[in-house]
Amino acid sequence: MSAEKLAVDVEGLTRTFGDFVAVDHINLAVRQGEIYGFLGPNGAGKSTTIRMLCGLLMPSRGKGTVSGFDIITMSEEIKKNIGYMSQKFSLYDDLTVEENIDFFSGIYNVPASRKRERKAWALSMAGLENKQELVSRTLPGGYKQRLALGCAILHEPPILFLDEPTSGVDPLSRRAFWKLIYEMSQSGTTIFVTTHYMDEADYCDRLALIYRGAIIAEGTPNELRRKYMAREVLEIESDRLGDAMGVLERNGIESAIFGSLLHATVEGGGQAIPRIRELLGGEGIAVNRIERIEPSLEDVFVTLIETS
Amino acid sequence: MKFIRLKAIAKKELLQIIRDPLSLAMGFLMPVLLLFIFGYAISLDVDDLTTIVHDLDRSSLSRELVADLTASRYFKVVRSAGSPREIEEYLDAGRARLGLMIPGDFSRDIRAGRAAQLQVVVDGSDSNTATIALGYIAALSEIYARRISGVPLVPLIEVRPRVWYNPELKSRNFIVPGLIAVIMMVIAALLTSLCIAREWERGTMEQLIATPVTTPELILGKMAPYFLIGFIDMGLSITMATMLFGVPFKGSLFLLGIISAVFLFGGLSFGIIISIVTKSQLVSSQISVVATYLPAFLLSGFMFSISNMARPLQIMTRIVPARYFVAILKGLFLKGSTMRFLIVDATFLLIFAIVTFTVANRKFVKRIG
Repeated sequence: MSAEKLAVDVEGLTRTFGDFVAVDHINLAVRQGEIYGFLGPNGAGKSTTIRMLCGLLMPSRGKGTVSGFDIITMSEEIKKNIGYMSQKFSLYDDLTVEENIDFFSGIYNVPASRKRERKAWALSMAGLENKQELVSRTLPGGYKQRLALGCAILHEPPILFLDEPTSGVDPLSRRAFWKLIYEMSQSGTTIFVTTHYMDEADYCDRLALIYRGAIIAEGTPNELRRKYMAREVLEIESDRLGDAMGVLERNGIESAIFGSLLHATVEGGGQAIPRIRELLGGEGIAVNRIERIEPSLEDVFVTLIETS
Repeated sequence: MKFIRLKAIAKKELLQIIRDPLSLAMGFLMPVLLLFIFGYAISLDVDDLTTIVHDLDRSSLSRELVADLTASRYFKVVRSAGSPREIEEYLDAGRARLGLMIPGDFSRDIRAGRAAQLQVVVDGSDSNTATIALGYIAALSEIYARRISGVPLVPLIEVRPRVWYNPELKSRNFIVPGLIAVIMMVIAALLTSLCIAREWERGTMEQLIATPVTTPELILGKMAPYFLIGFIDMGLSITMATMLFGVPFKGSLFLLGIISAVFLFGGLSFGIIISIVTKSQLVSSQISVVATYLPAFLLSGFMFSISNMARPLQIMTRIVPARYFVAILKGLFLKGSTMRFLIVDATFLLIFAIVTFTVANRKFVKRIG
């Protein structure tokens, strides 16, 4: 990396729990102001990594800095410079919206002169204006999530860590949430976000794919598609998906079911289409439609996992 | 340490207590209820001894003796037996603890100037009560003998007892102050034993330790509202002791306030340590009750005199903080002790408070796992 200061810069970060290696020698370089997505299935090591970066969990091995502070020795300094939102949107559900905001405002030592302004901002961001008397327990998931986000950034931290911020939230709220994240990154905040929703990857400037504790790919969404998808993806529509998949697998063609469709990964799509029609037709499976599609990051991820 | 952060924690904790009926009940109702129940239940006074009388003499003299017995508050004649067999039955059934048999030649012997016999049977299964009952009967017959003989006996030695501090020798006066110390020890530890574990269980701790809050801010902030509750409980207990149980309070309220504050600080810190170590509300509350109640009840000298204990137990009582508070409260209530007499016990409480608070701070790690 150049002289540009990195928001997150870690090397060989490792965490073991007994014999289990949760995170295995990962390197991360997150630039200031970017949205960095950390993608992977449940249990891949996303939360463990984010907790080590936020000073909540001691790494077993590795070194590095967050916001310029050493992750091993200066975790308390790091905590002053980050916002962190854990998976469970850990608000106090027996307190009202306003009491939650006031609490975190006090904890983050927001200066008295900024307090009212920040509270008004958090309320409007969460869409909870004039609802500050509501007890947090009664809020729908999307509001809870935005209130938790508001509480985590009352002190306007330069870096924000979000652990699965959209899990358990309806699609509309998810979209609104990503819009917020985008706006924050536009105003210079670095955002490190984990998710297991592959369709959210395109919101990120750069991505790392983590699988079984190791990073198996990194880059912008487009780079990932180009670099790791030398092969092409064919979308197949058929009434007998399961049988079709079996036929393809037997003939050495990788395939995966996506909803009501089958995605097959092939070399040289042009020649593959007639071959697949022939193979399936030979087994008496009707193909309603088959065409080449732009690979989604989910395709990329599935391919990467199968080849790793 | 930033006061603003401490205040934020304290305010949040207070709001959570106020909204939680269970916390409120534990904070205010439990100490009052415990003091009420134990205050009435525990009494070492021997009053109204159930007595069965079998009068074979049936004379004016024997009736006078029974009348004396009935008039005294120590005896309660439940039955005039028709046969010696009935005395046995009553004692066997536990319907009487004392049987008195006045022989047929009782008045004749007295009139003839001979020593009259009086047979007393006592239920010795409760040896303490039996000893006291026999003493009462001896004293009563002595007074009776002196009166009917009409001769003022001049004893060789006349004992003139004066009982200090608790002139009526009411056991309640001695039990209630110690009871307050025992109850406050349990309540203090129980109150805070939940507060750290609760945050771990609800998942809010993860958010909290990702903030710049420091350990002393967190612990002091969490203790603050419980300190307030503990102080109110102290006030309630003292009020109940004096108003309800009629125990005199002779010492300085100011001194009581200061020493109670030190004691509460230690007790609350002790609960925090348990909460930090267990991270579970259920385990934490159980441990804190057992770890405070048993030693405070048995080894504090509240009921069982420390000087009568075996040597190893006596040494063990040194590390029971309730022991010092029991001594202090008894001193303040009954003797009106001043700081000069309380300083040693108070110093031990201060050491306890400093040690537990330090350990609580050391034990709390702002990390997961």
